[in-house]
Amino acid sequence: MEKRATFSMGWLGFAFILPQILLVFTFFYWPTGAAMYWAFTLERPWGGGNEWVGFDNFRQIFADRAYWGSIIRSLMFAASTAILSMAFGLLLAVACDRGLKGYQAFRTIFVWPYAVVAPAAALAFRFIFAPEAGIFASLVKAYPEFWNPAQNGYHAMAMIIICYSWKYAAYCFIFFLAALQAIPRSVIEASALDGAGVLRRVFDIQLPLITPTFFFMLVISITDSFQDSFGIVDVMTDGGPGKATELLVYKIYFDGFRGLDYSGAAAQSIVLMLIMMVLTFFQFRYIERRVHYS
Amino acid sequence: MKSKLLATVAALLLAATASASSAERVKFEMWHGLTGDLGGVVDQVCKRFNDSQADYEIICTSQGSYDNALQNAIAAYRAKKNPTIVQIFDAGTLDLLLSEAYVPARKLMADNGYKINWEDYIPAISNYYANSKGELNSFPFNSSTAMMYWNKDAFAKIGKTEAPKTWEETFDSLKALKSAGYECPMAWNYDTWPIMEQFSAINNIPVATKGNGYQGLDAEFAVNKGKYVDIIKTLKKGYDDGLVKIKTPDTGATIVQAFANGDCQVMLSSIADHGTVGKTQKPDMQWDVAILPTLAGVERHNSLVGGASLWALQGKSDAEYKGAAAFFNFIAQPESALFWSTNTGYIPVTKSGFEFMKSQGFYDKAPYKGRELAIASLNASPVNENTRGIRLGGFVQIRKEMRDALTDIFANKVSVDDGLNSAVERSNAVLRKFEKTYAGKMLP
Repeated sequence: MEKRATFSMGWLGFAFILPQILLVFTFFYWPTGAAMYWAFTLERPWGGGNEWVGFDNFRQIFADRAYWGSIIRSLMFAASTAILSMAFGLLLAVACDRGLKGYQAFRTIFVWPYAVVAPAAALAFRFIFAPEAGIFASLVKAYPEFWNPAQNGYHAMAMIIICYSWKYAAYCFIFFLAALQAIPRSVIEASALDGAGVLRRVFDIQLPLITPTFFFMLVISITDSFQDSFGIVDVMTDGGPGKATELLVYKIYFDGFRGLDYSGAAAQSIVLMLIMMVLTFFQFRYIERRVHYS
Repeated sequence: MKSKLLATVAALLLAATASASSAERVKFEMWHGLTGDLGGVVDQVCKRFNDSQADYEIICTSQGSYDNALQNAIAAYRAKKNPTIVQIFDAGTLDLLLSEAYVPARKLMADNGYKINWEDYIPAISNYYANSKGELNSFPFNSSTAMMYWNKDAFAKIGKTEAPKTWEETFDSLKALKSAGYECPMAWNYDTWPIMEQFSAINNIPVATKGNGYQGLDAEFAVNKGKYVDIIKTLKKGYDDGLVKIKTPDTGATIVQAFANGDCQVMLSSIADHGTVGKTQKPDMQWDVAILPTLAGVERHNSLVGGASLWALQGKSDAEYKGAAAFFNFIAQPESALFWSTNTGYIPVTKSGFEFMKSQGFYDKAPYKGRELAIASLNASPVNENTRGIRLGGFVQIRKEMRDALTDIFANKVSVDDGLNSAVERSNAVLRKFEKTYAGKMLP
């Protein structure tokens, strides 16, 4: 018979989880609850009264064409940054895992971008991409229409996607490298003996074996791109030109904290939460099926 | 043993009384939004106040930006941990005015026995921060207005020794500058402050119904007609002809940088940048500021005040309010005005402060010469319904809607009319929501 340690007193178990519950309650359920309440009222920023308005706030944001544009842009941003950063992180991880020359040094260097805080990275990239001052300046002198993120919305979007992916690729790199190094060397060596080349080994052995990590990174990077993109947008474009880089999270910040429209921002954050829940649900429902946990 | 204990107790008691006597000064806090050089000057002002008397000690803390000062003050107020004084920028005025979170400036001073000559404030400044009866609710602190910065060297090349006085003349000069080989006659950054807000006051046209919002929260934004459309069309044409260049951090240089290093010959910006331009300019470059142009044939009116004011917040002790009143009284002194304006680009807010600075010869000397024009701009006419200020809810969002529209207009994504119409429509949605949020509230 299996031996189990059990606590006869129910309150003791509860006491053990109490700190955790308190933390989760204070930092998650309580703010979410407050946001829920604000989303259905009109909250005055300095207090002193709020009025119940039912679904008015939601009706208003869904009736706004600019809001739908913002949803589409956020989805595009999530998809592009997930693909770019994962592809790039994976490429670097495979190269490092192969033990190419100088890989010890690169292994450390490739992680650094993740340690750079988003606004600092954004400042650097803003300079790099500035059409009149940065590295692009000489190119722009020759072909003026080639690059102008200050006026062309697509250029501005490309700019924030690249900046975000640069930073996030480092994060992907850590996880992919760890996953690759967990694959038993014997498997790789056996296939090498059988005459499999580098690419063949990557596609037939390494990638299939790290699909759980792959799936994990996909979920995390999509969720993160909805939240972490804020600092980069704020420094690089302020949501402009026009509304071309106004992502959902930036709009929440602007309407709520700068515009003092607390209720509108609360409603938007509820919507953002729902979007992320739906996206994650679909990923688990349809993509996880193809993942093989060993 | 016992004597040792007694000695310890006695020592403790002594220490306690000693610290009590040094803590007799009433401490109170002020939060502000200035950083860098300007933040340093605020600290000096606070230190000067602390050194000037022995009863109060003000603790000044920068919150990093105007936005942060506002957000943090709101969060702190809601948690009942707010500072006694907070600095709030122009666009944050209305939300505070409609709340019960502040102690009106006039009441605060009267309750604490200070006699302030309220008539002494420059009308264009005091009206912005006053209630409907013309009584000040907050203390104007760092005040500015928009000016035209012009490069004298460049204008000399086209045979001009004076800045243009009308918009028509301005564009003629820009054309001449272009012909004279200047790449960037005028720098612009989509900022609506000079070309919409100041433009409206100087040319005496409303930006919104209901006296620019002073008469009620049901005001409607109205910058999609008449002269506004004309001025944006003129600017857009100037941009298409290469007379106006866009300078933002995204392109590589701000308008102030582009003007200071001599790349651009004209810019419209706050008088508060006067110091920055002077400190960062290309060596030997001759430049000056001028009052913003009017439309041809229009009588000039006063421009609007920008910047921020100081508010006393609710929920503090009488002693702290006494300290706050003493501080407000201190900064209202002409000597404080001189100190403040010398070390920043901001202008004095009272007539006596301005006269005192003139009598000290402040405006005759090189680095400060020209700043008196900001006062001239604010005093250009008696204040009327269109020139006392703009009191619209959600004005930060409205400014952004305008800016977004202007960006799209300049990128040829929409026509001037369509862009302005949709910006006004979106701004009115913001106003209606604001009105609903404050349903039943009257403007004080």
